[in-house]
Amino acid sequence: MARMKFLCDADRCIECNACVTACKNEHEIPWGINRRRVVTLNDGKPGERSVSMACMHCTDAPCAAVCPVNCFYTTADAVVLHSKDLCIGCGYCFYACPFGAPQYPKTGNFGSRGKMDKCTFCAGGPEADGSKEEYEKYGANRLAEGKLPLCAEMCSTKSLLAGDGDVIVQIYKERVSKRGYGSGAWGWQTAYHETVAT
Amino acid sequence: MARLSKRVRFIAGALALMFVLAFAGATTRPAFAQVDPNAAAVKEQQLLDKLNVIQGRGTIPDTKSYVLEHPAGRDWRVFHTVWLKWIGGLSILGMLALLVVFYLWRGSIPIEEGRSGRKIIRFTAFERFVHWLTASTFVILGITGLNITFGRALILPWLGPSAFSAWSEWAKYVHNYLSFAFTIGVVLMFLMWIGQNFPTAADVEWLKRGGGMFTKKHGGHPPAWKFNAGQKILYWFVVLGGVAMMISGYMLIFPFYGGLTVGDMQLAEIFHGIVGVLFVSLILAHIYLGTLGMEGAFEAMGEGTVDLNWAKEHHPLWVEDELAQERSPKGPGLVTPAE
Repeated sequence: MARMKFLCDADRCIECNACVTACKNEHEIPWGINRRRVVTLNDGKPGERSVSMACMHCTDAPCAAVCPVNCFYTTADAVVLHSKDLCIGCGYCFYACPFGAPQYPKTGNFGSRGKMDKCTFCAGGPEADGSKEEYEKYGANRLAEGKLPLCAEMCSTKSLLAGDGDVIVQIYKERVSKRGYGSGAWGWQTAYHETVAT
Repeated sequence: MARLSKRVRFIAGALALMFVLAFAGATTRPAFAQVDPNAAAVKEQQLLDKLNVIQGRGTIPDTKSYVLEHPAGRDWRVFHTVWLKWIGGLSILGMLALLVVFYLWRGSIPIEEGRSGRKIIRFTAFERFVHWLTASTFVILGITGLNITFGRALILPWLGPSAFSAWSEWAKYVHNYLSFAFTIGVVLMFLMWIGQNFPTAADVEWLKRGGGMFTKKHGGHPPAWKFNAGQKILYWFVVLGGVAMMISGYMLIFPFYGGLTVGDMQLAEIFHGIVGVLFVSLILAHIYLGTLGMEGAFEAMGEGTVDLNWAKEHHPLWVEDELAQERSPKGPGLVTPAE
């Protein structure tokens, strides 16, 4: 099986936010929730870079470790998913996540956050693949249809890569050697405990 | 004047020409061929080394999302999944083990002179109400709180995922809402008993003799006023620990209010967790001494009256005071039984 990962080539990202929009549209994500977002570093200064970030589907995921009701699970493709039926909305996964991926539909107090929502790597949830229930809770299950995440698939500069870690690293390394520079795979050290030499 | 300005203009013109020539000389080399587009670019490791957080600018209203990377979550995770479990497990199980050993060695501490049959008012109805308000909510807060840390390992396996989730969600709401009743209880307790809880000379003696708990000798109880040094320590821990629990707890109930960051939330949870498990283990000792551990102690909070001999053995200074008041015209205090 593949080991699914995201890799954002920050030297290519033009901050068009198409990945954000595609994600919201594909999964019909409610207002206020952004499974994917683009963050611009050194905005307006020389060396400005933008990075598109969502759940990185970490190795030994911190969210899964701290969840008091154990609602997370990892698929055979190493995608980190969770069950909204089990989630109690305690907010701990957000405190543990290094990438700020978990989101909650409500910002209410007294722990009334509602069920956590996050990027599924377009792989749905625990319900039957492609079922109506799955779509309503987690959005489309493109992986079950043999497709990769839409954010990366429709990235206009092919900055965002999604797929088997070994394959996307190969693509990235070829790019770096051809153009002569690369700022590295953002978040990989934190998420996968490995870096991509550039 | 006109000549001077003409001269200035000439000098300025000459200087400008010199600069242009100097720059023209400098730019004869093809500068752009050597530029590395990444030379000035931000580097992930550099940013992480600096602050251990990478923050930028985003375009969505949720400003929390402008933090790109915050690896500190991993430290918090280690605290929550490893350290808190050890601190909580050791303090609570350790306290239980100590109490069992103490009970086996000392047994229930008896009223040495036996019961006198005369009772003295120890706590008024209001004092008992405040105590049980705080106590009952504390027990529920303790159980529902421990569930968050230990439930996954201890309860989930035999309750099953959906039943455990349903219970945990209710437990979370109960924990959040009962916190207000507990807060009121602690505040009332603070105001009600602060007068009797300042340290006195008797406390030093009491502490030196370990409260008389570790001797089976007759008359081993050191004297005390209404509250002995042990009870005063408990009082101040409940008040200060209660305030600590309130502040950290309300931070967790109102997440990200008033500019709280993820780091603040993590700190609040760490604080809440450590003080919470210590609180639980201290209250276990309190419950033991108030029930099983000491003959005649529970009725103080149960009915509000205690046997005069119990009072004389444990709180002689307080009894003297009460009896002196009773002899004066307006003080009640001593109650004779109906028969």
